[in-house]
Amino acid sequence: MSTTIRQSPEPDTDPLEARHGSLPRRFPLALLASCAAVVAGVLLAFSAFGALPWVLLTAASFTVILVTASARVEGHRHAADRLVTALVYGCFLLALAPLVSVLWTVIDNGLDRFDPYFLSVSMNGVLPSMDAGGAYHAIVGTLAITGMATLISVPIGLMCAVYLVEYAQGRIKRAITFFVDVMTGIPSIVAGLFIVALWIMLFGPGRTNGAAAALSLAVLMIPVVVRSSEEMLQLVSRDLREASYALGVPKWRTITKVVLPTSAAGLTTGIMLAIARVIGETAPLVLTAGSSAVSINWDLFDGQMMSLPVFIYSQVRMGGAVNYERAWAAALTLILIVMLLFFLARVIKYLFAPNR
Amino acid sequence: MTTTDAPPAGPPPAGKRRIGDAVFAGLARGSGYLILLILAGVAAFLIIQAWPSLSANTVSFLGSREWEANTRENPAFGVAALAFGTVLAAAIALVIATPVAIGVALFIVYYADSRLASPLGYLVDLLAAIPSVVYGLWGIGFLAPQLVPVYEALTRYLGWIPLFAGPASNSARTMLTAGIVLAVMILPIITAMSRDVFKQVPQGHREAALAMGATRWEMIRLAVLPFGKSGVVGGAMLGLGRALGETMAVAMILSPALVISFALLKSGNQTIAAHIALQYPEATGYGVSALIAAGLVLFAITLAVNMSARYVVARGSKESR
Repeated sequence: MSTTIRQSPEPDTDPLEARHGSLPRRFPLALLASCAAVVAGVLLAFSAFGALPWVLLTAASFTVILVTASARVEGHRHAADRLVTALVYGCFLLALAPLVSVLWTVIDNGLDRFDPYFLSVSMNGVLPSMDAGGAYHAIVGTLAITGMATLISVPIGLMCAVYLVEYAQGRIKRAITFFVDVMTGIPSIVAGLFIVALWIMLFGPGRTNGAAAALSLAVLMIPVVVRSSEEMLQLVSRDLREASYALGVPKWRTITKVVLPTSAAGLTTGIMLAIARVIGETAPLVLTAGSSAVSINWDLFDGQMMSLPVFIYSQVRMGGAVNYERAWAAALTLILIVMLLFFLARVIKYLFAPNR
Repeated sequence: MTTTDAPPAGPPPAGKRRIGDAVFAGLARGSGYLILLILAGVAAFLIIQAWPSLSANTVSFLGSREWEANTRENPAFGVAALAFGTVLAAAIALVIATPVAIGVALFIVYYADSRLASPLGYLVDLLAAIPSVVYGLWGIGFLAPQLVPVYEALTRYLGWIPLFAGPASNSARTMLTAGIVLAVMILPIITAMSRDVFKQVPQGHREAALAMGATRWEMIRLAVLPFGKSGVVGGAMLGLGRALGETMAVAMILSPALVISFALLKSGNQTIAAHIALQYPEATGYGVSALIAAGLVLFAITLAVNMSARYVVARGSKESR
């Protein structure tokens, strides 16, 4: 038969790969453990042990040894891969560090003063340096202002999303979508200045109040509501709408009775996330609701109103030890409210997810 | 039978039902146009209220560094130092945050276990949920004291670089601290944009690279990064927009002075947004109007950055289709 079969190259003699072995699968993990142990030992020997130097030196020695070993055993391409893997893991841990640190310092420092007394009294009649007073007036202000902002921005945001999804077409749709995106990037302090300018023209200088603060938050909140609602409305299947049309239901009844109820859970989630976004806003409130109110004020249309974020800011500006304690406790309160909103949004999304 | 593919197809209009439809459509359209109106209103009202002080200003608004605006006549104020500080702080934040954000996005999409990817992404999103005033409190109450020895070491060994020129501030309430805190704050938005675009890399591109024997890093370098470039750039620019306008964290951390200095470890410098927040409660005379003028500059800068960011992202997603 054919006597001149060409010698096919053996499968394992690829010229690039053949010279290289590979490191054992468990090698990185074992190396990491031994690096951590050795670095801890050395630091303890010099009695200079600290969490930060330990983590940094362990990471550095681990990366250097791993990449060197890989370069000798596996070749430079795999060494580069190992280096990038180490860097990517490092980036992720680095990103988590501030989250853990912020939450930890707020809880640790905030618990000193976080008690029913702090949550139930205002700063009325309390001198800044006295060991008394609480954040009740700030909680009241935050609830009133954010509630009003929600009442303003939800109908407008929702209707705008309905317009974008159900009615708008062509150039005007692209323009509104684009400017909603741009509006999400307006600095919060500019939103505050906008309302200040508006109020000066309507009522004269120095007449801003809680309603002005709520309006400035609404300017920041509307684009967030539009964005999230638009996404949710687009998820409603066309079949549902057309089934409704086929029964002779007018378009606006279809939207209010079929489309909106179908996406209600998603819309609620989006609105709660939007509230969580603006409830911590400080800058527009400093400009509009003032930063010196000390008494309980439920009236949005009368005078200055304190709020939790502004309370934190003004206490820090006063600068004493007891002021910082109040600021930390207020920060803990604020973070608890925001996290509560976040997790509620998450739970609603999970419970009502259509394909669960 | 060609009527079914006309989006968005309404039902045939029928008699008196038209009234409800017309009212509802009008409300929806009105809300849509209201957005455009608000944005135009922001620009218009700021210009109208800034005008009195700008026309009375005795020095160049864009070129001057002083801020003597709390008078009833002859105010003298300029945004040169403020605009410089704003751009410097945002630039530091961007330089720190962008590489980390790319790493985090790659980790979530290509390195982490796929079951863990969504909870891990959620953790990074939580960074965006923390209010800026809490970041400010953390920055001044926790981070700055930790950074004092680091800055002293930096200026001792790297002091010959103008950026790290000494003597370092002994409270660490400096531009670099503000930049680090801003970097933490813009990390989630850059990560989110990068993650979205990395997820969209066609499987064919990635598997082709792997089939050629590429390592994971080579696959990312050859298939993922070129595809995701526009998303990363767009995300970084959105982050830049946020860093430029961020107020409270900077206002609480910096100990301000209206100087133009690249020395990141010395106190001094100030940003537009923080200046407005600090000065507004004490503003009298032309003061408020002058601050509104400064806000107008900030609005113009962020508007330009955000519009180009959206343009880059939109162009990128069009190309990838």
